[in-house]
Amino acid sequence: MLKTQELTLNMGPVHPSTHGVYRCVLTLDGEYVRNAVNHIGYLHRGLEKLAESRTYSQFIPYTDRLDYCSGLANELAYVMAVEKLMGITEEIPERAQYLRVICAELQRLASHGIFVGSFALDTAGMTAFFYAFRERDRVLELITRIGGNRLTPNYMRIGGVARDLEEDFFKELKQLMDDYDAAIDEYDGILTGNEIFQSRTKGVSIVSKEMALDYGFTGPNLRASGVDYDMRRDEPYGIYDRFKFEVPIGETGDTFDRYVLRVKEMRESVKIIKQALEQIPEGPVMAKVPKVIKPPVGEVFHCIENPKGHLGFHIVSDGSTKPYRTRIYSPTFVMLSAFPEMAKGTHIMDAVLILASIDIVLGEVDR
Amino acid sequence: MAKLIDREALVGELNKKFGDCAEVFEDNTNQSIKVKPEKLVEVMKELKENPNYELNWIKNLNAVDYPENFTMVYHLDSLTYHHKLTVKVEVEKTNPQVPSITSLWKAADVMEREAYDLMGMVFTGHPNLKRILLADDFVGHPLRKDFQLA
Repeated sequence: MLKTQELTLNMGPVHPSTHGVYRCVLTLDGEYVRNAVNHIGYLHRGLEKLAESRTYSQFIPYTDRLDYCSGLANELAYVMAVEKLMGITEEIPERAQYLRVICAELQRLASHGIFVGSFALDTAGMTAFFYAFRERDRVLELITRIGGNRLTPNYMRIGGVARDLEEDFFKELKQLMDDYDAAIDEYDGILTGNEIFQSRTKGVSIVSKEMALDYGFTGPNLRASGVDYDMRRDEPYGIYDRFKFEVPIGETGDTFDRYVLRVKEMRESVKIIKQALEQIPEGPVMAKVPKVIKPPVGEVFHCIENPKGHLGFHIVSDGSTKPYRTRIYSPTFVMLSAFPEMAKGTHIMDAVLILASIDIVLGEVDR
Repeated sequence: MAKLIDREALVGELNKKFGDCAEVFEDNTNQSIKVKPEKLVEVMKELKENPNYELNWIKNLNAVDYPENFTMVYHLDSLTYHHKLTVKVEVEKTNPQVPSITSLWKAADVMEREAYDLMGMVFTGHPNLKRILLADDFVGHPLRKDFQLA
């Protein structure tokens, strides 16, 4: 009998497959993961404390730095929470509502694009990485035209959006949406249908419905475990009740399901943007809101369906120009806590994939 | 829009079952109840498992530093009924202690550690109450209002 011994391995904080500055201490028995311990906080900037010394409008650009793969969606969550607190949700102009939906869904395409690309990279599939980033870059070019930056556009405002978009933007957006389905077909051909990819991901790290709820899963990871819930359809916020789209559901809750669900969601996002482009009316893009924003005393908790899960803001107002307390409920911070249990008993190369399938982004985990 | 629970009936049921433990909390959201800290775990278990409420999804766990007390805020959600409830627990300023609900939701683990780290709430019964975001040798709890910045 060979004498074996457990090995402690430090993965991260600077390592390509940790998707940011995240450290995991793995206890290995040969190739098998026996234990995993999360260490986070390397990117903690104290955004919740910062919010207390900024006015409500001044905090909008900070939300871009939460989940920096989907800046516009974070802004949307924040401004919707403040609007709910002020009671002006009904006053947002129609055109602004449609622009917000277009922004949020574009950001979903960009975020899932990163997911597909980096997931392929973690399975050592270099080609698919370039395919996924090709479309993501076209999305980011459009986002640059929305707000001037690729990742931090600062476009949403309390009461609407910063400015209307020019005719050219819509033309290019329409062209991109027409091309997108064919591009997703290519992802499917090169990655989803790939036999090696399937054998690497199918049946790996199955998360049951009960476990998903226990760990507070939200968004695509929850749906991959077979829970039929999408906030955009079941509790629509904004104008999401006007669009027709499917909510894909996973069957087994394994790593493959978590991947393939996001690819399917990209197709639905394309559908939503196409419908929004058909329906969008002319008109103003800002409601009449006071120059100095002073929400009444009270509190609000508002969640929206972000690309990575439900992003929520709990804002407590004391009636002044600055929030008394801002709490950012970030989906990946909570979901990352399930990683040790998901990784136990798997191979170390699978652990890398499992981590990628949770789709963490450390700006949001650490805040 | 979010559906609201009949809080009067809910609080009546809870008080009948566990003795005087809960009351309706009046705020602008109209979906909050206040629970006494010593009965928190029992009440949360009831809210989670009773088929009439099935508030089986914890969406947020948060501590707020008010001038008069600390308030723990739990946002619960139901996948079955899509209704929401906010459970509030008021804790005294000196030596703030709340029972941990990690036995009900594993998701509460990291969120409670965060509330301990940043706000200094002590969760009794938590299996691993250590700092999570800040360094282990950090002094103080930065989200408290009396924390000295610079």
